[in-house]
Amino acid sequence: MLESREITKKFGRKTAVDHVTLRLEPGKIYAMLGPNGSGKTTWMKMAAGLVKPTSGEMLYKGEPIGVESRREIAYMSTEPYFYSWMTAKDVGKYYEDFFEDFSMERYQQLLQSMELTEDLKTKVLSSGMMAKLKIAVTMARKAKVILLDEPLNGIDLMARDQIMRAVVESAAPDVALMLSSHLVDELERVVDSAIFMKESHLIEVSDVEKLRIRQGKSIVDRYREIYGNGGEQVC
Amino acid sequence: MEFNSALPIYLQVVTAIKREIVSGRIALGEKLPSGRDLALMYTINPNTASRVYKELESEGICFTRRGLGTFVSEDPDLVKRLREEMAQELLEQFLEGMRNLGISQEEAVELIRKGDL
Repeated sequence: MLESREITKKFGRKTAVDHVTLRLEPGKIYAMLGPNGSGKTTWMKMAAGLVKPTSGEMLYKGEPIGVESRREIAYMSTEPYFYSWMTAKDVGKYYEDFFEDFSMERYQQLLQSMELTEDLKTKVLSSGMMAKLKIAVTMARKAKVILLDEPLNGIDLMARDQIMRAVVESAAPDVALMLSSHLVDELERVVDSAIFMKESHLIEVSDVEKLRIRQGKSIVDRYREIYGNGGEQVC
Repeated sequence: MEFNSALPIYLQVVTAIKREIVSGRIALGEKLPSGRDLALMYTINPNTASRVYKELESEGICFTRRGLGTFVSEDPDLVKRLREEMAQELLEQFLEGMRNLGISQEEAVELIRKGDL
C-alpha cells in the first residue's frame, strides 16, 4: 500500500534516512521505534510528501507520493500547528476546509471519547489535551494511511489510554496505521508489527505475536537488545 | 489488563475469557462482544482480537452464528472442562515452583493441608 524503496534523505552532510525499504499493508497497525535522530520522523514526512527524498522512492499504491496520495494519507506531526485563538470547534472547521475526507461527525465522536469539548480554546490546553486534540483532528479524516508522530509524548497515563483506544477504534481492514514512539511498552499491545530504526537505518520489522510465539520475547525485550542502554527510556 | 511479556497476547486474552466463563461472569450461550469491541475492552490490536475468537472456536468454547456474532458454547460440561483444564495448569506451575525450591511432594501436600483454601 505505502512503500519506500531504498529511500534516502540527506540534510547537508547528515544522512537522516539511509536506504530504507519498507512496506505498510492495509489492516495493520505499526509501531515505528527508535531513539531520537534514528530517522523515524524523516521517513514519515517523506511518506506524507512534506520532505523530498534525496534518492530512492516513496510509493503509494505503486505511484510516487504527490497531490493524489496526500488526499489519502493523514500525518500528525510533533510540532504544534493551531492558531492560539482557535477553539476545538474552529480546528475542526479548519480541517474540514482543507481535507475532503474530514468527517465532522467522527471528529465530534473522537473529542467526546477523549473527554474534550468543542468550546475549549487551544491556547489554554494542557499538553495532554493538545495531544488528544491533534489526534482527534487527524483521525477524523477517512484516510487510508494514518501516520502519527509521537502521539504519546509527554502525556499522562489516562490520556495515553484514551489515545490508544482511539487508535484501536480507527483501525480498519483498508487502513494502515503507524505510530512512532519511545514508549514501546504501551504500544506493544495494540500494534501488529514493530519497525526498529537505528542511526538512520532500518534494523528489522518484527511481528509482535510471532516474536512471542517463536522466541518468547516481547517487543520491549527486543528493543533492549537492539538499542542496549543507549535506547533511552523504554517505559 | 496487564500482559506477561513472554506469552502471546491472544493466548493471555483467551485465558482471561476462560476465567470469566469458569467464574460465571460470562454465561453459557451468552453473546460475546464483536472483535472490535473485544479489542477496545482489552485495548489490544484488532487482528489479535480476531485471533482470540479463532482460538476459542478451535477449542470448542465459542461458535459463530453468521451475521449474528460469536456466542459461548451451550455445552453444560464446558465449565467443568475449563475448570479442570485450568486447575491442571495451575497445579503444574505450582509443582514446578515447589520442585525449584527443593520441596518434596509430601512437604508440598503438607503445606497445602496447612494452607487455607
